[in-house]
Amino acid sequence: MTAAMRTMSVDQPSAHLRVVSEQSTPSKASGINLSGVSKTYGTGDGQVQSLRPLDFHINDGEFFVVVGPSGCGKSTLLKLISGLLAPTSGEIHVDGNKVTEPHGDVGIVFQNALLLPWRNIINNVLMPIDMKNLPRAQYMDRAKQLLKMVGLEGFEKKLPWQLSGGMQQRASICRALVHDPKIMMMDEPFGALDAMTREKMNVELSRIQRTTGKTILLITHSIPEAVFLADKVLVMTERPGGIAAIYDVPLGRERTLDAMSNPIFTDLVARIRKHFMTNSTLD
Amino acid sequence: MSEKKAPGSVSKLLNASWLRPFLLLVMIVVGWDLAIRIFNIPAYQIPAPGDVVKVLYTDWPELLSQSWPTTYATLLGFLASAVFGIPIAMLIAGSRTVESYVYPLLVFSQSIPKVAIAPLFVVWFGFGIVPKIIAAFLLGFFPVVVSAVQGFKSVDPDMVDLARAMKGSRLRVFCAVNLPHALPAIFSGLKVSVTLAVVGAVVGEFVGSNSGIGYVLQRSIGTFDLPTMFAALVILALLGVILFWLVDRIERFAIPWHVSQRADVFIGS
Ligand SMILES: Nc1ncnc2c1ncn2[C@@H]1O[C@H](COP(=O)(O)OP(=O)(O)O)[C@@H](O)[C@H]1O
Ligand SMILES: [Mg+2]
Repeated sequence: MTAAMRTMSVDQPSAHLRVVSEQSTPSKASGINLSGVSKTYGTGDGQVQSLRPLDFHINDGEFFVVVGPSGCGKSTLLKLISGLLAPTSGEIHVDGNKVTEPHGDVGIVFQNALLLPWRNIINNVLMPIDMKNLPRAQYMDRAKQLLKMVGLEGFEKKLPWQLSGGMQQRASICRALVHDPKIMMMDEPFGALDAMTREKMNVELSRIQRTTGKTILLITHSIPEAVFLADKVLVMTERPGGIAAIYDVPLGRERTLDAMSNPIFTDLVARIRKHFMTNSTLD
Repeated sequence: MSEKKAPGSVSKLLNASWLRPFLLLVMIVVGWDLAIRIFNIPAYQIPAPGDVVKVLYTDWPELLSQSWPTTYATLLGFLASAVFGIPIAMLIAGSRTVESYVYPLLVFSQSIPKVAIAPLFVVWFGFGIVPKIIAAFLLGFFPVVVSAVQGFKSVDPDMVDLARAMKGSRLRVFCAVNLPHALPAIFSGLKVSVTLAVVGAVVGEFVGSNSGIGYVLQRSIGTFDLPTMFAALVILALLGVILFWLVDRIERFAIPWHVSQRADVFIGS
């Protein structure tokens, strides 16, 4: 994977408060680009508008986090970008190619680990390799390495039900990474985990992103988690979801849990929270 | 992992699981015998267990040879219900349109009594094995379809999305996700189906056949030969149990990962 090409945000005192929903000339040739993308489910009387037309750009190697109230279309957005759903209007481009079907160079993690109960852990991790009909032997080492990285060494031959929820979710992250995709998409991946495991996973994910330079699109309902992980945070409005604001997070690339006591961090969390104060609670 | 049990204790366990229903059976037979003696029930109403055993012993070669045609018809009918039922369930689960056309009709067809239409198959196909197979198929088909549809439909759509996002072909996604997921439900349908197929084959033999246990039943009822009739019933019950047990064995082999089989996985691994 190519290293991150993103230019570091300047650490001016108020830089983090800059609303960047008007981005300066994103190049369509790289990264993920959405122009006028909207989604309405159903036909006729049963129509549900889920997303208002959206325009934004995710740069290569960027950690892009989406927060928003429940039912505002976050999952829909992820499915549109991954090509699992077709937008009602607008176009999505990944590296300049229009998305019309699942494009393969992506790893997905959902809230539930969704491991296949009949496959042991290593075979679950290798599932993308089987689906793409690639030679297993070539990816075996990588799969084992990934399991080691998330602390699941020695669990290769276990069946999913023999692992705790957190361990299963870590295995599913390995599965999303095994084919070394350029983009990783995560839909509330740590929602089902306890707070302690969750913090550990956040630090680990942050480290994975820094070392691999992958583009990560993460959906979460935790504002502190969003700010801790993100290079950019997209705040969505109530259904039908639109863009309330996009924030830069100038906390630098190296992030430890200490970042959470940084005033930039707390200011930004408070500011994002304000978007939801008047409305109902978050997800 | 739990440690392996010694083969001796495992076989003991097996014996125990066979022993309990057997004990219950012995008690029922004893109660049956006692009831006949106490209430003075005449032999033309209910035969004594001893007489039934005697028939089973003396007429064994005849009964055995008659049970083969029934077994063939049952197995072929059962296989046909699996071979047709599972793909039809796939179609119903996979397409709203197919479901809306086919499913209500299928449910409707179940309310037609098979015994009533079985003579029609004899008219169409003669007195051979074909009408029996069709009757066995008709009874065994529905439970397979219903369970398999439920199995195919209960796949988590996110799981299918995940596999699709891995760029798997439709067939590969189906074989890797949908089919294994549906197997436990399919097997519970197959177990119901195989016992019903026995009933179906006997129904077929009732209405028009000159071989099989159903034919023996029919004939013994005609001559009020109650011990033979009960002996035939015992054989049918045995046939049902053996076929059910076979499907159960295949299930254990096919889905060792399933909740219902987990104890075995633990001991085995
Ligand atoms: N398959 C679907 N058919 C119809 N409506 C849907 C479907 N999926 C989601 N929706 C609707 O679209 C809206 C957004 O859903 P979703 O993207 O799951 O929201 P979020 O992930 O932000 O909670 C919801 O109001 C939901 O009811
Ligand atoms: Mg969601």
